[in-house]
Amino acid sequence: MSKSRKVNITDLNNMSKINNNPDFVDFAVTARKYKTQLTKKYKSRKVWSNPSPYEIQSYIPGTIIQVPVEEGQIVKEGELLLIIEAMKMMNRIQMPFTAKIKKINVTVGSKIPKDMIMIELEGTED
Amino acid sequence: MTLKKNILALRQKKAIIEKGGGDKAIEKQMAMGKMTARERILALLDADSFHEYDMFVEHEERNFGMEDKVLAGDGVITGTGTISGASVCVYAQDFTVMGGSLGLKHARKITKIMDHALKMKMPCIGINDSGGARIQEGIGALAGYGEIFWRNTMASGVIPQISVILGPCAGGAVYSPALTDFVFVVENISKMFITGPNVIETVLGEKISQEDLGGARVHAEITGNAHFYALTELECLDQIKELISLIPHSNQQKAIPAKPAKPTFKKNIEKIIPSDPKQPYDVREIIFALADDSKFLEIQELWAPNIVIGFGRMKGETVGFVANQPLYLAGVLDCDASDKAARFIRFCDAFNIPIITLEDMPGYLPGVDQEHAGVIRHGAKMLYAYSEATVPKITVILRKAYGGGYIAMNSRHLGADFMFAWPGAEIAVMGPEGAANIIFRKEIMEAENEDAMRQQKVQEYIEKFANPFVAASKGYIDAVIEPLETRELLLHALEVSKNKDDYRPAKKHGVPPF
Repeated sequence: MSKSRKVNITDLNNMSKINNNPDFVDFAVTARKYKTQLTKKYKSRKVWSNPSPYEIQSYIPGTIIQVPVEEGQIVKEGELLLIIEAMKMMNRIQMPFTAKIKKINVTVGSKIPKDMIMIELEGTED
Repeated sequence: MTLKKNILALRQKKAIIEKGGGDKAIEKQMAMGKMTARERILALLDADSFHEYDMFVEHEERNFGMEDKVLAGDGVITGTGTISGASVCVYAQDFTVMGGSLGLKHARKITKIMDHALKMKMPCIGINDSGGARIQEGIGALAGYGEIFWRNTMASGVIPQISVILGPCAGGAVYSPALTDFVFVVENISKMFITGPNVIETVLGEKISQEDLGGARVHAEITGNAHFYALTELECLDQIKELISLIPHSNQQKAIPAKPAKPTFKKNIEKIIPSDPKQPYDVREIIFALADDSKFLEIQELWAPNIVIGFGRMKGETVGFVANQPLYLAGVLDCDASDKAARFIRFCDAFNIPIITLEDMPGYLPGVDQEHAGVIRHGAKMLYAYSEATVPKITVILRKAYGGGYIAMNSRHLGADFMFAWPGAEIAVMGPEGAANIIFRKEIMEAENEDAMRQQKVQEYIEKFANPFVAASKGYIDAVIEPLETRELLLHALEVSKNKDDYRPAKKHGVPPF
């Protein structure tokens, strides 16, 4: 038999042991739930959440070069919001629709990761 | 007396080159817990079988002070030898010689031994331990890598190619291993990445250690780039020897057969699968119960463990096993499992190894991450690989075969030569609970007691459809068999398909969903 590098092979002859083993969870594939173990990769997967149009997120990690807007300012669709330098390219982030700047979470020179909420928007009154 | 003098001079010259980068560099290598390139080759090959080629090759770089540097063998040892008596080609980068860096002549030594392997139909084993491109040689180093990649591709499917990562292997260097059939890694020693931690930190501001970025465990468990994972170099070399003994040494040969042996696994094959369909078991126990001597060499054991792949023997002949593993993620198919199985199936097909598929398959893994990662494209690789394969293809349905998974796991419809099912097999479009909910939605909704009605309908569905006999009545299953008969029937199936000849339309090559 080949040597196994898995943590351990559980004693599968004893079902009560499986049912009491915290590594084994109830896992729904369709309508049926199976007793099984999860992989490290599965456990660390990113859980989906609906993106909000009012949150400007970084799609690439990089350095903030310019933030030509201020909190409270109303910015028109298409106007420049930010410049991020990433992979030696200057990426210009434009306003997706006309709205008010609610909060700015970055400053010039800061290094930001991917998927960071850089600027939060709110609707204008009119 | 001149001859004697010349012989002594030759011996002296060889002794110097055999010292690689010299005592100090060797000490450093040992301090890192690593064997030297020469030690590795000698430990891998049968005693006294190594014949070195191109020992006296020297680089021709004339810039950046390189003109004064003499590099032993230009940092790589190449040659041939035997493993259990079978000839192989081997090369090992010597980290003690300028960090094992790859210059043009270093690369040309490698491509020469690769050409030799391809021509003479021998497996080629490359031991990687190199700081990367020799920057002083500039484009010459890049040319060298490219020439290696080209040969990796030419040799793919003709001779087995094995990459052993026993040190750093970064940047362009990673692509030769990635093009080869089997990659071996060792804990704390192997490091593989395209861009290292320094670049990642400078460009992206993300801090990560070499080990967490591209250490052995990462490639064995997360990326799937590695096929075999060992704790020590010697264990790794033993794994290579075991693999080499199991696979054919070219696409025109069969693997050297072993003496037929009965399984030694003590557990009764009827007792492995729990009666409750929701309970897991280790499908490798079924393989142990079927294979000669109960021996099974598992590949990519830690990555996508929801599918099990590897080699065993049946009556002395090598076979490939593909099996769903209910122990992990209930044995679903997902992106990684499909990639893993598809590549293995193509290896088996290229090298004349019959494939035995053991199926217990609840379906595909649901999830946004899976859909967005392209489970459609990845899943299609498996359909492609099974459909394309012309080696004998045998399936045993152990328990469940639902929906798309039923088709994907080497069904009759993809060209299986033999389809067997155990009597408890459920072959259906989906699990009974799901199916009853859809088919009898109206009855269930209109019933006074919805749950009772649902239970009744689920039971009806189980009795009518969750069995192997519907599929058998249509000829999609050749035989419903008792678990204890399985090995005999597999041996029979392998015996009668010995001369299998399968037609495929003429083409340059297919276009699989890579």
